[in-house]
Amino acid sequence: MILQPAILALLVSSFLVSLMLLYAGWYGVLILKNWDLASGSDLQLNLEKRTYLISVVLGYALVFQIFSLFLYIFTADSLHTQFVGAMCAAGSLNVNHYGYPTLLLKIANCLLSGVWLIINFADNRGYDYPLIKAKYSLLMILAPLVVLEALLQFGYFKGLHADVITSCCGSLFSAGKRSVGADLAGLPAIPMEWIFFGVMAATLISGVVFCFKEWGGYFFSAASLSTFIISAASLVSFICLYIYELPTHHCPFCILQKEYGYIGYALYATLLGGGITGLGVGALMPFKKIASLVQVVPLIQRRLTWLSMLFYLLFTILVASKMLFTSFRL
Amino acid sequence: MSSFINRHRNIIDFALSSLLRRKIKNISLLGVYTLIIFVLASLIFFVHALRREAALILKNAPDMVVQRLMAGRHELIPVDYGQKISSIRGVQDVVPRLWGYYFDPAIGSNYTVMVPRDNMVQPDNIIIGTGVARVRKASVRDLIAFQAYDKTPLLLMIQQILPYESELVAADLILMSEQDFQSMFNLPKGYATDLAVSVANPRELVTVATKIAEQFPDTRPILKSEILRTYDSVFDWRGGMMIVIMSAAILSFIIFAWDKATGLSAEERKEIGILKSIGWETSDVLFLKFWEGIVISLSAFLCGVLLAYGHVFFFSATIFEHALKGWSILYPQFRLVPAIDAFQLTVLFALSVLPYTVATIVPAWLAASADPDAAMRS
Amino acid sequence: MIELMQVTKCFNAGKSNEFTAVDSVSLTIGQGLVTVLKGPSGSGKTTLLTLIGCMARPSSGRIRLNDINASFFPETSRKGGFDISSLPERFLTEIRRDTFGFIFQQFNLIKGITVLENIMLPAYPTGRGHALFRKRALELLEMFNISRHETSRVEWLSGGELQRVAIARALINDPAVIVADEPTAHLDSKLSCEFMEIIGNLKAEGKTILIASHDPIVYDSRLADQVIEMRDGRITGSGLVS
Repeated sequence: MILQPAILALLVSSFLVSLMLLYAGWYGVLILKNWDLASGSDLQLNLEKRTYLISVVLGYALVFQIFSLFLYIFTADSLHTQFVGAMCAAGSLNVNHYGYPTLLLKIANCLLSGVWLIINFADNRGYDYPLIKAKYSLLMILAPLVVLEALLQFGYFKGLHADVITSCCGSLFSAGKRSVGADLAGLPAIPMEWIFFGVMAATLISGVVFCFKEWGGYFFSAASLSTFIISAASLVSFICLYIYELPTHHCPFCILQKEYGYIGYALYATLLGGGITGLGVGALMPFKKIASLVQVVPLIQRRLTWLSMLFYLLFTILVASKMLFTSFRL
Repeated sequence: MSSFINRHRNIIDFALSSLLRRKIKNISLLGVYTLIIFVLASLIFFVHALRREAALILKNAPDMVVQRLMAGRHELIPVDYGQKISSIRGVQDVVPRLWGYYFDPAIGSNYTVMVPRDNMVQPDNIIIGTGVARVRKASVRDLIAFQAYDKTPLLLMIQQILPYESELVAADLILMSEQDFQSMFNLPKGYATDLAVSVANPRELVTVATKIAEQFPDTRPILKSEILRTYDSVFDWRGGMMIVIMSAAILSFIIFAWDKATGLSAEERKEIGILKSIGWETSDVLFLKFWEGIVISLSAFLCGVLLAYGHVFFFSATIFEHALKGWSILYPQFRLVPAIDAFQLTVLFALSVLPYTVATIVPAWLAASADPDAAMRS
Repeated sequence: MIELMQVTKCFNAGKSNEFTAVDSVSLTIGQGLVTVLKGPSGSGKTTLLTLIGCMARPSSGRIRLNDINASFFPETSRKGGFDISSLPERFLTEIRRDTFGFIFQQFNLIKGITVLENIMLPAYPTGRGHALFRKRALELLEMFNISRHETSRVEWLSGGELQRVAIARALINDPAVIVADEPTAHLDSKLSCEFMEIIGNLKAEGKTILIASHDPIVYDSRLADQVIEMRDGRITGSGLVS
């Protein structure tokens, strides 16, 4: 285990978020079991008060999740100097088997808590708590995932041992040591470019169709999820190459550095934004027909769709401008 | 949208006015909060600045240094080792380096003495660092008297004083010609302190190092990356240890904040009751508490960070110096070059604002979920 | 305008200290009328006011409101009023804010802030612009002849002035219904009459007024259109005065 302020910070924040979600989850169970809106009993009134607390907790949890996602990447990046062969975060995440699963889980939890908040938002607009069962069922999935993430992250940091000089043998040590995979292997660049722009176009078109014709909400949501995944794969496969102007460096984390004008933040923020809002549209689809939401859901969905398209469009513009305005060509 | 913004503007308005109304309580909270952030930030900034200084020192260091070991100790290395090493495939250049330490009895301090690579110093001349110039109160073209190994005096003229870039790197440095170095320390001919080896392809560094260690079993090749790694982990460890030690302080602050948030005065409780009875909703009150928290946290964060910045970079972290430096090269009086980045601030945020926020969620909700009819029933 | 059907409110249900504050009350409150709930303390008047005023939910029974605009409710189902008895707090509050203005026995003004701020407070969470409701608050100050106290803190005001500030605050969101709980309990006879005068003006403006009181100045007033007598949570007598 490496004792570093950033690692302590991450452990603390994951611990706090897990604690919060376990607390929320516990009341979620009570709500699922005892909910009865028709009753004006003390128990019901207390549960209704709890829903405010749980919304607040989840709101903070999402913010902390996003925060800890970036802190995690930062930390992995700052650790790379301590491992033989690691050039950046991509290398340090490879040091043991927990590095990448933790990262993926962090991203998934960001998406899920975002979707939870969207469902919660819709639920709060309906006068009879129409989505109460749905949102607390989702919480039952989210809470264990967040706890699992905290455990994996702990496993990752616990398994880190810096390769430091011992007094006797300088670099022999380096030679004997297995070097960690320094970089990620990307999917072939040229086909990925086609797939990326193809999926992006499909998402935007289906978004426009959904907004104007009220048709194909599930399709749009699925398309935007694929766009999210394919964009992430494209970042590794070809987008990074244009940013670094190097044909071999596939690391999706170095783009967060100052040398590249912090473009990574814009890319990840738009991608996460697009993913969360796009998934939110699909998550609300089954609830369109509920009486108290008939007016509300389509409006929220339209806004989410516009937002999602806006985010993805910004992402595409960033990518395309990088591809057009650098001298680098594949 | 505009109604959303208006609503928050109005609530923020009230949040500020209610913070100001309870000055004593909030100022004490703010004071303790700022203090915690100040201490944490000083620590994080200081460790980071030291790390950066170390990296700066090593920036111009050779990729690989070969030292000779005798009886487990660093020994002078024969220069002809260098010729043999340069015949290893992949080695671009081998430069014997001469350096050592000189104790100045007049001042009672140590200098690092080096022979620069490209004869940039004429015999009888020296180039000195700002630290040396300061303690000897010397300027360019002054003569400085040294004592050679046999106590005979050696007069050398200052040709130049190194620019003040990062004083830490060069404060105690004296550059002199090979000739003067020989007469000062009486080094045996044909020996160097160590060998700086450069390799054309950095990927082959490890292979070359292995070969050197095999061919010359009495030597120890050290890679620059290894030194950097070791420094990094030592600094990380020290910073981490300090935070673990300080966790007790953070924890007690969190308990303090929790207590402040839970222990609403009767007055405050009544106020929230009134707000609820005249049409504020639970989430409005939660937002009120949220904005109050934001104002407190941001002010404390800003004050704490600014104070810590001054403390570390203008007053050289007087509070932690002894706990954290303890590194022999660092003895000169130096001022750290200001260096903080988003990463440090993020870590600081996670260690202070985050626990504070979590500690105040439940108390805020408890306050906010007062029954609207409570004000009527009282 | 407001209809109550078999409304019951229990506290601590199922526990040894169970207590029924309002017991199967049914009544109708007409629009634009002054209705007075009369009865000794502990008779359930205040609890009934909180139920009608959307501050609390009944344990059983139905409360219907007519002619009320609520953004969340589909317009098509608005005919015949709607049932607020099982609405979540969020929506109850929204209705309460726009429909009811409250005047409390203790005035419930917040100390340490100015009279103007106190009057504007109910408008803060509505999302209307600050300038808009500030203008309205100044008009109300003018109307109640307390403009000179605009920037004073409430603790410096006399009883009569406090009362007028409390009424002004109840009117800031221009509600259709004014709910007052024992408004004259802390006033001398002169101020109580002054209060009834103001109520008369509000009635003339077309507001529906609901007062709980055991003060003869209130329930014997010629303004009272309907007096409902309560005891032990039940209605013991009611009658239209005029």
